[in-house]
Amino acid sequence: MIPISYYLLLSAFLFACGVTGFLIKRNIITLFMSIELMLNGVNLSFIAFATRLQTLDGHIFVFFVMVVAAAEAAVGLAIIISVYRTRETLNVDRVNLLKL
Amino acid sequence: MHLFLFLLFGGICAGGAVNLLIQRKTINSALSLIVVMGSLALIYLLLGAEFVAVVQVIIYAGAIMVLYIFVIMLLNAGEEEQAKGSNVAKIFGIPGLFAGGIIGIWVLLQHRPAEQGVKIGALYGPADQVGWMLFNKYLLAFEVTSILVLIAIMGAVVLARRGNN
Amino acid sequence: MTPLFQPWLIPILPLLGALINGLFGKRFSKAAVAVVALTATALSFVVACVQAAILLQSGHPALEQYYGTWIQAGDFSVNFGIYLDHLSMIMMLVVTGVGFLIHIYSVAYMEHEGGYYRFFSYLNFFMFFMLVLVLANNYLLMFVGWEGVGLASYLLIGFFFLKDSAANAGKKAFITNRVGDFGFLIALFLLIQHFGTLHYGALLVVRDSALLQMPVETSAGVLTAIGLLMLVGACGKSAQIPLYVWLPDAMEGPTPVSALIHAATMVTAGVYMVCRSNAIFSRAPIALLAVAIIGTLTSFFAATIGITQTDIKRVLAYSTVSQLGYMFMAAGVAAYSASVFHLMTHAFFKALLFLGAGSVIHGVGGEQDMRKMGGLRKYMPWTFWTMLIATLAIAGIPPFAGFFSKDEILWQAFSSPHGSKIFWAVGLVTAFMTSFYMFRLIFLTFTGEYRGAKPDAHGHDDHHGTPHESPWLMLAPLVLLGVLSVVGGWVGIGNRFEHFLDPVIQKVSVEQSAAQNGEAAATPVSEGEGTESKSTENLLMAISVLVALGGLGLAWFLYVKRPELPEQIAAGAGGLYRLVLNKYWIDELYAAVLIGPLIAFSRVVLWQTVDQKVVDGTVNEAAVAARDVSAVIRQQQSGLIRSYAGWVAAGAAAVVAYMVWMGTR
Repeated sequence: MIPISYYLLLSAFLFACGVTGFLIKRNIITLFMSIELMLNGVNLSFIAFATRLQTLDGHIFVFFVMVVAAAEAAVGLAIIISVYRTRETLNVDRVNLLKL
Repeated sequence: MHLFLFLLFGGICAGGAVNLLIQRKTINSALSLIVVMGSLALIYLLLGAEFVAVVQVIIYAGAIMVLYIFVIMLLNAGEEEQAKGSNVAKIFGIPGLFAGGIIGIWVLLQHRPAEQGVKIGALYGPADQVGWMLFNKYLLAFEVTSILVLIAIMGAVVLARRGNN
Repeated sequence: MTPLFQPWLIPILPLLGALINGLFGKRFSKAAVAVVALTATALSFVVACVQAAILLQSGHPALEQYYGTWIQAGDFSVNFGIYLDHLSMIMMLVVTGVGFLIHIYSVAYMEHEGGYYRFFSYLNFFMFFMLVLVLANNYLLMFVGWEGVGLASYLLIGFFFLKDSAANAGKKAFITNRVGDFGFLIALFLLIQHFGTLHYGALLVVRDSALLQMPVETSAGVLTAIGLLMLVGACGKSAQIPLYVWLPDAMEGPTPVSALIHAATMVTAGVYMVCRSNAIFSRAPIALLAVAIIGTLTSFFAATIGITQTDIKRVLAYSTVSQLGYMFMAAGVAAYSASVFHLMTHAFFKALLFLGAGSVIHGVGGEQDMRKMGGLRKYMPWTFWTMLIATLAIAGIPPFAGFFSKDEILWQAFSSPHGSKIFWAVGLVTAFMTSFYMFRLIFLTFTGEYRGAKPDAHGHDDHHGTPHESPWLMLAPLVLLGVLSVVGGWVGIGNRFEHFLDPVIQKVSVEQSAAQNGEAAATPVSEGEGTESKSTENLLMAISVLVALGGLGLAWFLYVKRPELPEQIAAGAGGLYRLVLNKYWIDELYAAVLIGPLIAFSRVVLWQTVDQKVVDGTVNEAAVAARDVSAVIRQQQSGLIRSYAGWVAAGAAAVVAYMVWMGTR
């Protein structure tokens, strides 16, 4: 018997690590990996609650999250490649065209 | 036993996540992310989600992370550049993170007595049941997802193609 | 009703002329402009004559024609309509007739001025509104004309708008009139509130109208208020004390304008309004008394100022104010027909005087100071003789027109139940002064030696050095008006004119007496049949003629026989002379008491405080605040993705914190 809160704590920790990584990392690829980390944290919550509530819907959601993550990774990495081609850098602090 | 397994894999998982943050080199971060995902797959198994565990290994660790590593290799992404961090992140972010973490733990532990535990194998989630739900209850979402993936593929091709302007 | 009864044509024709000249006149030749303006006015006059004939033939007291609803608000409605009775008929004929003559005169007079088409467009525009004013079938439409003539007057006074004094005089006239219009408007509101209509017929004529049926106990207050407010309006338009100050300044306008607007027609609008509202005034004795007092005072004071003025047009201006005062005095003693009678004869001889003065000014090259004229009789005989006729008429010497009307007024002031011996006495003194200053004008201008400069540069004509007679186009109206100034009064012989207006006035009086059951508060007015005997009337007539001749004689003595005397008298009178010469310092008084504080208030409170500090300050402060806040917020748009992500995370953390707080509460 493991309390569900342990899983949730682990989930929250992973998510927090993802957020922190997103905030402190400068390499754009690492930022994407931080996002994956956050998604994994959320997935763990889904599975834990699915087990707790005795329903399989959580598993399905995790599956969809994975698909979306895969699509996002594909597009995101393509964007990274094209940004690198034009800006010659992977440092997000130098990609500051959002400011006019 | 269950607790031991959970603590073992959870510890590996958390350590990988922290390592991801600490590492300077992108390739090391990617490898530690693979560690996180692998140990998460085992935790899913502990929770009885065999289908998800397998898919986690195949899609995440297999497909997505390979893609990441290819890109890292392709772009020759070495060490991260050192730069001054944002003041806002230093002043508010880190203390805020700690405060949020403490509050979260506190809240979860507050509710502990009221909850029931999770038994390993309590929910037998075999792949056939998940597939059955996927192709009945969630058929529409599943089909839409295929379109999403298709668009993502096309987008990736268009974006990454050289000399298209 | 005959199909020939089309009174709407009368105002519409001048409007058409004004529009054609105003819109396209710039491309027309001067002749074409003149033809358009004169055709419009002449046709209007012809149509007016036809309508007058129809009215007289019909035997009805009044004819009315509707052209649709203007305002419909609940029970209250206002129509476009024309109301033609004997009163508006006289006004209409005077306006179109004298207006037409003055148009002819202007063709020659304005020949050398700029803005020819503009002038005629304005003049026709004025005719339109004046005719709307007199022909309207309700007070609101009358008010439209009332404001319209004010506008036309403003435009024409300021016709030489490059001259500062002309532009200022226009503004002065307009603003002074605003005061009066305010009173008039309030009077209309009161009428609507108490009687629910502004239609003449429903208000003043119909036997069972709310106004005529109003019991005297309740009517006294309301009708007195309405009457006094209407008097304020009339004072503004007809230049009575205390609002007369604009009229002398209005002489900055071209002379034909002075003749048409500021002597013959527009300034009589107030008199017309009082006479039109006779049913109201007859039921409000206090208002009626106020009319009489204001009229008497105005006529007296304006006459004293007229004695000392040296500008030929200003003498005539004060004379106009004075004569308007006579009309008010007559209206104020409930002698409405005498008032209208004098209005008509005054229109003839005063228009003639102004046109003659214009001819003189034209002849001597723009000079208006009488001290620089003199001896003009031999240079411009036609002008002299016509002006002499007009002067005899205004002085009240038989058998010229002014004698009949002025004598009628004095007789009514003496004998009417609303009259008083004081009014008569003051009127008589005024008549003496009128005669004096008018003959002073004649003697200074036409007799003696020419005192003006020899060939000079500032004349608007280059081809003359010595005074010369005006062209025939200007003299023809003078002659016609001269004839009218002689015979115009004869319609009043044997009280025929009084009875002519009976349908408008007498009937109301009878109704009034019936309605009030012989209440003493407002004794029924029956004009003409005064209580005094016929011999008294003849005696008074003789006295007024003697007074007029006395004025003539004194003027002759002072300005022909002993020309050096006036200056000695002026020096002897000292302060009194300066007081009168400076028009009692009324303008200065107004400037000090009203205009100065108003401007100071506007400058300090409204401009510097309210506008600059409050209004501008609010706007500026809002802009400054927006700029400062933006300067802070702007920093957030760093363009750094991680910074944005940090804010997203902070927001998410805040939401989570809120949920946690709510969950644990």
